[in-house]
Amino acid sequence: MILMDGLRKAYKGREALCGVSLAVAAGEIFAYLGPNGAGKTTTIRILSGLTRRIQGKVELNGFDLAAQGVEARAQCGVVAQTINLDQDLTVRENLDIHGRLFAMPAIARRSRIAEVLDYVELAERDGSLVKDLSGGLKRRVTIARALMHEPAILFLDEPTVGLDPNIRRRIWALIKKIQRDGSTVFLTTHYIEEAEFLADRVAFLDHGRLVALDTPENLMRPYGVWAFDPVHDADQAPAFFPTRQQANDYASGREGGFLVRRVNLEDAFRAATGRRLE
Amino acid sequence: MIRGWRAVYYRETLILRRRLRRLSVSMAVSPLLYIVAFGYAMGPEPRFDGRTYLEFLIPGLAAMASMTQAWAVASEINISRFYHKVFEEIQAAPVSPAGYALGEVLAGVTRAFLGVAMILGLGFLFGVRGCWGPLFWLGVFLNSFVFACLAVAMAMVVKSHADQSMLTSLVITPMAFLGGTFFPVDRLPDWARTAVSVLPLTPASKAIRAAAFGRAPDPGLFLLLGLLGLILFGLAVYCVRLARD
Repeated sequence: MILMDGLRKAYKGREALCGVSLAVAAGEIFAYLGPNGAGKTTTIRILSGLTRRIQGKVELNGFDLAAQGVEARAQCGVVAQTINLDQDLTVRENLDIHGRLFAMPAIARRSRIAEVLDYVELAERDGSLVKDLSGGLKRRVTIARALMHEPAILFLDEPTVGLDPNIRRRIWALIKKIQRDGSTVFLTTHYIEEAEFLADRVAFLDHGRLVALDTPENLMRPYGVWAFDPVHDADQAPAFFPTRQQANDYASGREGGFLVRRVNLEDAFRAATGRRLE
Repeated sequence: MIRGWRAVYYRETLILRRRLRRLSVSMAVSPLLYIVAFGYAMGPEPRFDGRTYLEFLIPGLAAMASMTQAWAVASEINISRFYHKVFEEIQAAPVSPAGYALGEVLAGVTRAFLGVAMILGLGFLFGVRGCWGPLFWLGVFLNSFVFACLAVAMAMVVKSHADQSMLTSLVITPMAFLGGTFFPVDRLPDWARTAVSVLPLTPASKAIRAAAFGRAPDPGLFLLLGLLGLILFGLAVYCVRLARD
């Protein structure tokens, strides 16, 4: 599990995280939703040991990140937002280096490479140079690499950013599979449908502060089921209705572009923060 | 605790092997030009220490190559930090700062040995036969260790590849020309000799050249380089620790 207590971070006097505290249970998919600059990547960088916090405590699977950094990092796999693979090496070599960094014995590395490549459906590309792969395949390699040492916790920072919808859905299926196999998944995203589809619980982060935390259903429930969204006016808030018929009735006779759609997490985010996710 | 150095070293040597052909060409070009322009063209005169200038030049070039190739590991680190972002993958792994520093330093030393071997090969082609025994290679090892440590430390401090290039221009290039590679430092005026004697390459050139000429180098030179290497390794570990933003 993941424990954060009073996490604070500032860059050149500007607070990026303002005392964030939360707990993620073992085996949970936890989504951290917020607009660009909200502090999502900063949180994941602190949790994975890449960035130092100025205050607060982090525990990863019972290991204190400050006092037992090496042990804590050994619990985690990290999929960064950028593709951070050795481009001139093959897929297999990238995975092998990761196994070595996590002190996996040679026999275990060999069998695990075959397993994870099979898992992400890339077994036939193990000898390909990374630079020859498409963006979607590279993303799957980064996920395979993060799974190499069988981490208890997997951090995914915007795992589907920049990918086309088909690839995105394949990555989502993969993340669900990872959860079923027992890992805790902590992901950041600014795609509402990603958080809705994947997450057991969602936290809204805005300007470095946690503004809401619950299941997607509980976060959306106060706003009914259907929304009238005046898309022609980004500043105007949607109106919410319990049934589609009521939303359609409200919409009839109104001019300008609008959309009658299901309530989503962005509505809950907007209600909690007063602004949109973008 | 030094943890993870083997994995870091393995990664660097794998990349080195992948680029070996291109790297060999780049390692050979500058020394070849120096040998032709400064050494071969000058013929049997003038003589230094009773040897032709070419015979004098080759050990100096070996000392210089051990410095520049060890220093080049900084560029590899920068590529992995600023372009491929692989450095973050290593930071997120259970690798200690000392383990990372040692792996990279040894990669720098490996590059240096390759560079020196290339110079000796070129020297052989031009008829230079020296004493390339254990003391010669000890000098090469210590010199490359010193500069690889400095390279790792500086690579952690710089903010861009341009900063790294500037450091190379300000630190390494002047040292290459003033550290006893191309001329005997003893022939300089007192003030200049004092100034260049504080450069780490100067004692390395002296030790490596003495060993190459079949003489016993001053043990104090090895001691000095060893001590400097330990201090700079400590600095490199400290800088790796600081590299978490």
